[in-house]
Amino acid sequence: MNFDLAWIDYAVMAVYFIFVLGIGWALKRFMKDANAFLEAGRSMPAWVAGLAFISTNLGALEVMGMTGSGAKYGLLTAHFYWVGAIPAMVFLAIFMMPFYYGSKARSVPEYLKLRFDEKTRGMNAFMFAAMTILASGISMYALAILTEKVLGWNFHVSLIVSAAIVLGYTYLGGLSSAIYNEVLQFFIIVIGLLPIVFLSLKQLGGWSGLEQALAPVAIQNNFAADAYTTTWKYTGSGGSNPLGVPWYGIFMGLGFVLSFGYWCTNFLIVQRAMSAESTTAARNTPLIGALPKMFIPFLIIVPGIAALALMNLPGSGFSLPVNAAGQPIYDYTIIALLKQYLPAGVLGLGITALLASFMSGMAGNVSAFNTVWTYDIYQSYIRPATGNKEADDKHYLFVGRMATVFGVLVSVAAAYLASMFGNIMDFLQTIFSMINAPLFAVIFLGMFWKRSTGHAAFAGLIAGLTIAFLHHGLTFPAGADTLVKGGWIAKLHEYPVEMAQNFWTAIYACFTSALVTVVLSLMTKQQKTDEDLKGLVYSLTPKLQESHVVWYKRSSSLAILVIAIALLLTILFW
Amino acid sequence: MGLDIKYPIGLMFTILGIMITIYGFATINDTTLYQKSLGININLWSGISMLVFGIVMLVLSKKNKKEE
Repeated sequence: MNFDLAWIDYAVMAVYFIFVLGIGWALKRFMKDANAFLEAGRSMPAWVAGLAFISTNLGALEVMGMTGSGAKYGLLTAHFYWVGAIPAMVFLAIFMMPFYYGSKARSVPEYLKLRFDEKTRGMNAFMFAAMTILASGISMYALAILTEKVLGWNFHVSLIVSAAIVLGYTYLGGLSSAIYNEVLQFFIIVIGLLPIVFLSLKQLGGWSGLEQALAPVAIQNNFAADAYTTTWKYTGSGGSNPLGVPWYGIFMGLGFVLSFGYWCTNFLIVQRAMSAESTTAARNTPLIGALPKMFIPFLIIVPGIAALALMNLPGSGFSLPVNAAGQPIYDYTIIALLKQYLPAGVLGLGITALLASFMSGMAGNVSAFNTVWTYDIYQSYIRPATGNKEADDKHYLFVGRMATVFGVLVSVAAAYLASMFGNIMDFLQTIFSMINAPLFAVIFLGMFWKRSTGHAAFAGLIAGLTIAFLHHGLTFPAGADTLVKGGWIAKLHEYPVEMAQNFWTAIYACFTSALVTVVLSLMTKQQKTDEDLKGLVYSLTPKLQESHVVWYKRSSSLAILVIAIALLLTILFW
Repeated sequence: MGLDIKYPIGLMFTILGIMITIYGFATINDTTLYQKSLGININLWSGISMLVFGIVMLVLSKKNKKEE
């Protein structure tokens, strides 16, 4: 799995990184206060925020993982998009953004502070800060290990250089720089990966050729002939589809708990919409993002499915690299495809696209970290605002910049930690999947039920997390070889696949959290008056009027369009 | 922010487009290079698409400036 890059490939890479740093440099002169640096001055047009919104999620690990899942599960992977993202994005846009944006909270933890209390915010802020910085470190580690294996670059040099580039542009231009570069990354990913979609499908004879090539593969694995090229058709029971999850598991676990937990409460994502220039733009951000999002499966999952067909096609010359146990390494599917099809020139674009998505993943994490650190930790617990606005602004801008440097340094440390403990990545992904589901239950109740109280929310979060840990400790996926995957207390229940275990962990955590929050809210006294909660709770906030906006720019029209296209795709690929 | 992102996007893709298109023309008779891409000069196609996209973005950003 080695690439020999030609001069033209390096030239393409160089041009891209000059622009990345150049954008940071060009934005430097606008960074006059903390608001400009940490919140992009709330000035982003909806389309820019919208592309950044999905680009943040389109990190390299996502791209590699989704192409790999395409090769493993076939078109069922598209569930992560059509049911696992779109409904949550529409919900966030229509029902939640008015409160996130309208409350003037500068972060999700700050919303929790305004709506509930300090301890709820504190817990969320510390957990979020620790998690994002570790996530950034893992991105860095994955980038360095990939470039070492594939490009033959030195691990340490890749790590330090990529950290330096990320630090360079986020230090100079803050959140705006991160967002602009995410938009740039979005376009380079699309343009860099389109050739492999086109070429792999061409070799197989288009979509129908792909279907034909996969029929024997599916039958060989005891599935119906079209199991790899359909989405809902064989989800009547878990055993009859490659994903191993029945329709209600997909619907509840992925479509509801996991995706609402991720898209509606993860500050990394929500921050993009909060940087928009107006309430309407903030609502439109996830909707505009949803439009390209629905088509991303064709860009990154379809090549994975094609890879599965090619692997089983005699004479195609395509194979995946294998690990020591002789099992194919699915995460390397996209790399294998790049190697198979791309000659010098476009190969540089493809590699640049991957590197770009790694770095923007880091930059996204760092820019969310410095906001939470500066506003929710430093300003709340270390040095509150003095009241002198000008001096405060300057001071917090400085702190934000220092947090950026600190964040990148800790990420590098985390990357080295990851290189020492192979399991740390699995471990962290497990934890990520646990913290979002309870948070969604609490924020949802906070926004739509004015009676929910701070004490109850805090207890609800803790209860949800506890149940998530317990469930994970008591169950395990089939074939688990390490305790990181579960069963570290006792092995009470076995799930057929890891995905099923994740789904159920999230479902139990979410409902426990909701139940505890509701019960305790009824037992405790509401500390906040209706006046305090105005702008934070649905029933106490004046409805947003859209009549002054042209109909095609209204969030409601956009939402209907998004839902219609998602339904159409679902039916077409049923 | 006072920077219109369409401008750097347009500029970058125009430059990349020109580079890849020229490379595509320079290698137009290199059949071994394009064996991988099923005999298609994929650089030419990609390069021209990027160039078109880049120019459209530049034009849009110019238009934006005028309106302001």
